Amino acid sequence: MTEFLQQLINGLALGAIYALIALGYTMVYGILRFINFAHGDVFMLGAFAGLFLTPVVQRFFPPQSYLGGIVVLLLAMAICTGFGILIEILAYRPLRNRPKLTVLITAIGVSLFIEYTCQHRLVFGAAPRKFPDLIPVTTWNVDQLVVSSTQVIVFVTTILLLIILRFIVQKTRMGTAMRAVSFNEQAAALMGVNINSIISFTFGLGSALAAAGGILFAMSYSSIDPLMGVQTGLKAFVAAVVGGIGNLPGAALGGILIGVIETFAGGIPGLSNYRDGIAFTILIVVLIFRPTGLLSKPQVEKV
Amino acid sequence: MKSGAKRYLLLALLAAVVISFFSAYFNRYYLGVTIDVGINIILAVSLNLINGHTGQFSLGHAGFMAVGGYIAAKFSLMLSPALPPWAQPLIFGAGLLLGGSVAALTGLAVGVPTLRLYGDYLAIVTLGFGEIIRVFFQTTETFGAATGLTGIPNWTNFGWAWGSAAICVFVVTCLVNSTYGRGFIAVNDDEIAASASGVNPVRYKVTAFVIGAFFAGIAGGLYAHHKSFLSPTGFDFMKSIDIVVMVILGGMGRTVGVIIAAILLTLLPEYLREFSDYRMILYALLIIIIMITRPQGLFTFGFKVRNSK
Repeated sequence: MTEFLQQLINGLALGAIYALIALGYTMVYGILRFINFAHGDVFMLGAFAGLFLTPVVQRFFPPQSYLGGIVVLLLAMAICTGFGILIEILAYRPLRNRPKLTVLITAIGVSLFIEYTCQHRLVFGAAPRKFPDLIPVTTWNVDQLVVSSTQVIVFVTTILLLIILRFIVQKTRMGTAMRAVSFNEQAAALMGVNINSIISFTFGLGSALAAAGGILFAMSYSSIDPLMGVQTGLKAFVAAVVGGIGNLPGAALGGILIGVIETFAGGIPGLSNYRDGIAFTILIVVLIFRPTGLLSKPQVEKV
Repeated sequence: MKSGAKRYLLLALLAAVVISFFSAYFNRYYLGVTIDVGINIILAVSLNLINGHTGQFSLGHAGFMAVGGYIAAKFSLMLSPALPPWAQPLIFGAGLLLGGSVAALTGLAVGVPTLRLYGDYLAIVTLGFGEIIRVFFQTTETFGAATGLTGIPNWTNFGWAWGSAAICVFVVTCLVNSTYGRGFIAVNDDEIAASASGVNPVRYKVTAFVIGAFFAGIAGGLYAHHKSFLSPTGFDFMKSIDIVVMVILGGMGRTVGVIIAAILLTLLPEYLREFSDYRMILYALLIIIIMITRPQGLFTFGFKVRNSK
């Protein structure tokens, strides 16, 4: 029982990070209907932004303080918002209204471009780097359960960000416009919604969440490298599809689900080697029984 | 048309076999690259049947290649010490066919449940299957787990590689141009209209998947006996992307274009070896620029561009 709860805590911490990344995939898919493969790399850029910002921020704030950590997180989110918007304007905007496949291949190209550029020795280099401790690291023992301060921070940050995101999407003018564009792009444009700025805003918002995920991931695993976004990004995308792509609560649910199941599978001796295959197995099982994901409504194909 | 195609096939096979008799006189490095080209032609042409002619989007071709490669390699590793040297071509041929058949069965197993899905969903599921296959080989002791298989006999020569490529091109071309094969193109053009006209889209999609997987398996077997070792990391997502890029660059559904693209994309990295630091960055940029400027592929001229999917 203790072990079960412990695995559950670890799984939820991992799932929260998947959820943050999955939200970016699902928002972009909801509006543009394509898989933004470069999203996992924005997640990586977020972690590296944190790595380079920490020494700068710690000059002004006491090292390993919560305030300093929050400043690093916010700055990294701001930088990645810029990256997200830049990627959209340079690579995807020229392809608006092109066949979906073209955009998909471009997204793969952008992803490869970021990965290989960052692996170059003049940029980040291919070797893994150690991520500095942003916050005071302590662990609490509650009745044999071990909970680290990082895990608590991961939870709290994720939940706060989800609440903010929900507020933006449901209550603000930008959010209303986002939902309108996702519902029917042409009709939204006719109603005076500026499609391009909404799409840029969506990319920025998703990239900010990915950056937060990157920092939280780096804090939890303390080692980062330019290819960290590949597997994590794929699994987060799988999480978005499992929850029903285009559906925000679905992405959060899918992320948590994949994180928890993966952690449990990692704890079972015979299955631990197959850990990387678990997410895809869940995906296939879910898609066979519910082709549009867990939380979205089935759609009828019209001629 | 049909007998013409058969003549080409015989000619290509004959040329491949004759050249392979003289292969001892060629530079080993160039010969190796030429064999790589042949293997990549098989991969690209077989993926073109799925992605180009039938209009599906598979991102898991490297997975099928891995299945064929591992099975064929294991087969020859087990049998070659027990049999005399003259039986080598027999073992190799049987191993390739076995690898291809197992890959085809995998293709069937993947295709039947997933091909009800469309577009992006299919892409992500095939990607998932590719990853699952890789994880399977990475964790199974019989197939060498993470270290991979080593000491595979070095049997792939020019004749085997280009002979198989000729057969693959022949089969795919004849299939697509046959009465039955028009169904693939119908499914690509409009699935709903095709099924309204009595063409069963799922059956065509599964057929395309199985045949594509079969040839990918053959290519995997050739690759295994060319490089003499197999490691699961060689069959990751990146390998699938490489093959997809060949198909896109050549123009979806244009066999000749795809063959040219496969040749170019195999030779290009060899020429760029001096700039190895920038090679992959250039490659990625190339994909983006081509997609923005010539999405129909480099070698598509004078045809109406399909813009359905």
